[in-house]
Amino acid sequence: MSATASAPQLSGLRSRVSAVLYRRPWLRAGLLLSGPGAWFVLIYLAALCLLFLSALWSVNSFSGKIEHNWTLENFETLVKVPAYRTIALRTIGIAAAVTVTDIVLAVPFAFFAARVAPRRLRAVLFVAILVPLWSSYLARVFAWRLILAKDGVLNYFLGQVGLGQVNVGYSNWAMWIVFSYIWLPFMILPVWAAIERVPDSYLEASADLGARAWQTVRGVLLPLILPGIVAGSIFTFSLTLGDFITPTLVGGAGSTFIGNVVYQEVGISNNVPFAAAFATVPLVVMGIYLLIARRLGAFEAL
Amino acid sequence: MKLAKIDWALGALCSVLILGAAACGSSSSKSASNLPTSIGKGEGQLNLVAWEGYAEPKWVKPFEASTGCVVHAKYAGSSDEMVTLMRQGGGSQYDMVSASGDASLRLISGGDVAAMNVNLVPEWKNFIPQLQSPPHNTVNGVHYGISLQWGPNSLLYNTKAVTPAPTSWAAIYSPNYKGLVTVPANPIQIADAALYLSKTQPGLGITDPYELTEPQLNAAVKLLKEQRPLIKKYWTGAADEVELFKSGDATIGAAWPLQTNTLEADHVPVKEIIPSEGVTGWADTWMLAAHAKDPNCAYKWVNWVSTPKVQAEQALSFGETPANTKACSYMEEIKKGSCEKYHANAPASYFNSIKFWKTPVKACGNGQNDCMDYTVWQRKWTEITA
Repeated sequence: MSATASAPQLSGLRSRVSAVLYRRPWLRAGLLLSGPGAWFVLIYLAALCLLFLSALWSVNSFSGKIEHNWTLENFETLVKVPAYRTIALRTIGIAAAVTVTDIVLAVPFAFFAARVAPRRLRAVLFVAILVPLWSSYLARVFAWRLILAKDGVLNYFLGQVGLGQVNVGYSNWAMWIVFSYIWLPFMILPVWAAIERVPDSYLEASADLGARAWQTVRGVLLPLILPGIVAGSIFTFSLTLGDFITPTLVGGAGSTFIGNVVYQEVGISNNVPFAAAFATVPLVVMGIYLLIARRLGAFEAL
Repeated sequence: MKLAKIDWALGALCSVLILGAAACGSSSSKSASNLPTSIGKGEGQLNLVAWEGYAEPKWVKPFEASTGCVVHAKYAGSSDEMVTLMRQGGGSQYDMVSASGDASLRLISGGDVAAMNVNLVPEWKNFIPQLQSPPHNTVNGVHYGISLQWGPNSLLYNTKAVTPAPTSWAAIYSPNYKGLVTVPANPIQIADAALYLSKTQPGLGITDPYELTEPQLNAAVKLLKEQRPLIKKYWTGAADEVELFKSGDATIGAAWPLQTNTLEADHVPVKEIIPSEGVTGWADTWMLAAHAKDPNCAYKWVNWVSTPKVQAEQALSFGETPANTKACSYMEEIKKGSCEKYHANAPASYFNSIKFWKTPVKACGNGQNDCMDYTVWQRKWTEITA
């Protein structure tokens, strides 16, 4: 008896709850979003806040323990010691060079793949871009180490065709080459998507009005795919900015990145506060970059 | 307007989180340790922080088979990394560390390692006298670990590419080998430069490469900054340097004997020497973590690696000198003439000629307090390598 009696009661409660939810859409949305929202707050924002917070602490050099008194000492060291400025500028400089290189490589390739190549070749190209992403990042960097080493594959082939030797292994040049290779797919894909969205008629109209190929590219195509390029550059720039494995493996004597200093300070010197202070530099750089990117309309292309 | 509201909300949220985090102060406690009087049953595992090449299957496998303690070794590339690993996670993640002299005192003063009972390690009595109670692991008569092996940081070169054969450290500071030099990515490398300067520029008055006043340190840093353009790569581990020599990217550099042995086994034409200025070196100690979870396996391990046979195996595998004087005959068995080559038979004078790694501190040996401590060394090293 009690079971049958409770059933309508439950459904009464249920209908009341659903009625409340129906009448208050904000409550419905709030409940739905509370899970992902809590995740976002705890994992993303709390970690970021802790980062900024610990940048203001210091470490006792003798015992290695963190001291919780507020100080700007870490940021002072960052500004005052020229070595850290050099490292920050090198990191940003190479990230920018890699981004430009990837744009130069990606735009013609994506144009060919999206507009010129026949359907079947297009599929092949698409897979060819994605295949490297299926293999381990480390394996690909190590492969480049073997290619660029003095007795490596590159010098072997150059020697075979009688071009002499190049000495690019373990240098900033090596880093530039490897980074440009590794992040290229992240540039090609958004640019490809952007080029695909440009209507054929625009290019035909430009040609009909007497524009030469180069004028069409510059005046019609590039402005239309700019958001795609900027979206790709967000990937290439930020991924290079935060990397520390490639500099360790293929970099030379003067190839320290911000990431390497952060890794050393945490893993070797146990100075988490200083690492946190230095880690805010790429964050600020990326913040500025994203503001510019938003102005250029990159977020519509993401 | 909406965006501004969200910004406000995020700001408020962040400050709440900050206050919460600030409220959670950390408290740490040090536990006084009582020396064990016997070794109990093994816990089934042993977690080690070790130098590359210190936990080779050759002597780890028999140990695991006879004691049931499964060994997990984490290799560290520098003393700084070892200290950090032993301190992370409350210091209970690892049971033992093969600390060199520049890490051991830091670990002792930081309360990261526990005192050990040398009477539970019978072979300890056969150690050379200098390593029974050396100042880098014995404080006020309390033993914080059992000595293991010691050896030099030697000069390694490719015999085909480097002619005439070098006899001095000057070779790694000379433009003759521009872009072909490799040295360790380790702040303690400053001591190598200081040792070289103590012989070439006596006017600086360097007597101990680890006790440097500001002008002395600056002179060493200047030398290393001039060396920077000559460097191909600062090596981060033994395998890193081996690859540089194999590919021909480096032909000369500072090395451990382990790299020489590995390269010779691969038929790379290399040779190592003790240059005329002398060398820095290491004397390693197995130290027990203050909060070790597997102390019985740890004691079983130090006993095992102290036995003459294992001492000999490790000595020849890495290319270093065993602490146990009884290891000599076993070394001869494995490789004829090796006992003499590694000075395991008459080590006293050779031992005293090596400037062993120790942590630079403010107090100089002469009672003065104006020496540069390790924090300064680390900062200077970043300046050099960046």
